[in-house]
Amino acid sequence: MEDIKLMKGNEVLAHAAVRCGVDGYFGYPITPQSEVLETLSELRPWKTTGMVVLQAESEVASINMVYGGASVGKRVMTSTSSPGLSLMCEGLSYLAGAELPCVVIDVSRGGPGLGTIQASQADYFQVVKGGGHGDYRMPVLAPNSVQEMNDFVDLAFELAFKYLNPVVILADGVIGQMMEKVRLSPQKPRRTEAQIREECPWAALGKGSGPMQRKERNIVTSCYIDPETMERHNHKLQEKYDRMERDEVRVEEMETADAEYILVAYGASSRICAKVVEDARAEGLRVGLIRPITLFPFPAATIRRAAEHAKGFLSVELSMGQMIEDVRMAIGNAAMPVRHFGRTGGIIHSPREVYDALKQLMTETGGLQ
Amino acid sequence: MMTEETAILETTGTETEKVYDRPRLLLDTTMHYCPGCSHGTVHKLVAEAIDELGAEDRAIGITPVGCAAFLYNYIDIDWIQASHGRAPAVATAAKRLCPDKLVFTYQGDGDLAAIGTAEAIHAANRGDNIAIIFINNAIYGMTGGQMAPTTLLGMKTATTPMGRDAALNGYPFKVADMLTLLDGVTYVTRQSVNTPANVRRAKKAIKKAFENSIQNRGFSFVEIVATCNSGWKLSPVAANRWMEENMHATYPLGDLKDLSAQAAATEK
Repeated sequence: MEDIKLMKGNEVLAHAAVRCGVDGYFGYPITPQSEVLETLSELRPWKTTGMVVLQAESEVASINMVYGGASVGKRVMTSTSSPGLSLMCEGLSYLAGAELPCVVIDVSRGGPGLGTIQASQADYFQVVKGGGHGDYRMPVLAPNSVQEMNDFVDLAFELAFKYLNPVVILADGVIGQMMEKVRLSPQKPRRTEAQIREECPWAALGKGSGPMQRKERNIVTSCYIDPETMERHNHKLQEKYDRMERDEVRVEEMETADAEYILVAYGASSRICAKVVEDARAEGLRVGLIRPITLFPFPAATIRRAAEHAKGFLSVELSMGQMIEDVRMAIGNAAMPVRHFGRTGGIIHSPREVYDALKQLMTETGGLQ
Repeated sequence: MMTEETAILETTGTETEKVYDRPRLLLDTTMHYCPGCSHGTVHKLVAEAIDELGAEDRAIGITPVGCAAFLYNYIDIDWIQASHGRAPAVATAAKRLCPDKLVFTYQGDGDLAAIGTAEAIHAANRGDNIAIIFINNAIYGMTGGQMAPTTLLGMKTATTPMGRDAALNGYPFKVADMLTLLDGVTYVTRQSVNTPANVRRAKKAIKKAFENSIQNRGFSFVEIVATCNSGWKLSPVAANRWMEENMHATYPLGDLKDLSAQAAATEK
């Protein structure tokens, strides 16, 4: 039976967590994503699936609870917003270093500093380029609908356990707060301890007894004090990140086949840009949209391909221009006009504003007579 | 579940008989600790306590940052290495997700009483069913002898070369005393391993704390007032004497709170 509801993105994250068999959620309230913990507290999954839901004393504690839960092989997650993610960056580095699977959701808001509580996409550098210390990467999924808020939770766990790595869902205040129709996932069972011991032989669950007993102890750590060992570990991690770049790129294209001008946008901005493409096409302009779904790995090949016949690119983000650096790098041609457009501070650009910026780019680069 | 306590000294007649051995779970490897350091003795007690409780199969230890960071090299159970100060948060999640396990942290005074104060207090206040072994040697050992929150007034360290001055650095932090006030806390005790009698008392305390975790009887805290010969710049014998004369005056030994029996009585 289909389970179709009208819900906020943040509420859907909570439902999706319970339904995909998550073992534990640890979080600290912060606008604009507090509905995740509130919805979980209303759903009381500890009474049904046995899922643990705990309000931590800080984001520092939340991410370290996630580290503890991941260390024992459980499916664990947290959610936060920008200033909270800053506090979690140390923990993300440890999780990546210790190769622990988990899901972290950032419903980003305007910054820097305490900033605003409205939507923003200014955490791109922090989330996509690392944030914490050391050589590490994390797959980053950028939903642009309430339905994807549902679907990406399970997908994020799949990737996290496939690569033994934290996976981030980078949403924004718009996607978190807006209501849309959503088809909720069917309920999956949580794994038993025997299943976890089978699937996660590295988990520090205690040595176990009976037929499941391990002779060797498990140690979950990111500490390799010998430089040679540390370097070998870094090479092993890098091979994993290379595999992600090869196998996990997800991207959506709209009207790019014959496009002379390409908008590049993710999350809420991509919804606004889809409207711009419609309007432009209605006026006979050859405009397309590339929407990265994974921000790491970045869909560089798709952008490079589009650049073969394009006259210009407009990177549209709710920031002062962060993803544009990856767009430029993907194109690799300094002569190609690549511009940024975006409002910040919690202001959402209108399709009209984006269209005007696009037309200005087209005029200046000979695409509009 | 409980087995007999490991005999420490026993003789029968004139024949010598092997009555003491390396604890089964204490790995046969060279420790990195300085001669005279209390860590080695406490590690031994932790290994013995887990073995005697028959908890090797379900023991999950959380290691700190500091001198005991490599504790996982010495005791043959599952370990999780935490970031500096966050071990109680790591333990909270591990225990809540695996309520049948023995979950404990082992932390020094910098890890627990400075950078990780919030995590320790909130785990205690939630009554999380974990045990914390807290090594208080009043100094930062790993980084070379700087002031700890627990450093005594007047005590010289690398960052208090003229002695700790209350006006500048505040007062020795009495963590155990503070934790007794919290309703989530079942057991708080302060021990030392400076004499054979105290070693036996410390082991009993560790065992009780571990049993509380296994049986889900609330939060337990075992402080071990410890020596740091290198940090204090004293020989092992002199360090023990200095600890007895100075540390034990500020941090007196004994149980500060023990509701273990009451918690056990309410079990089904």
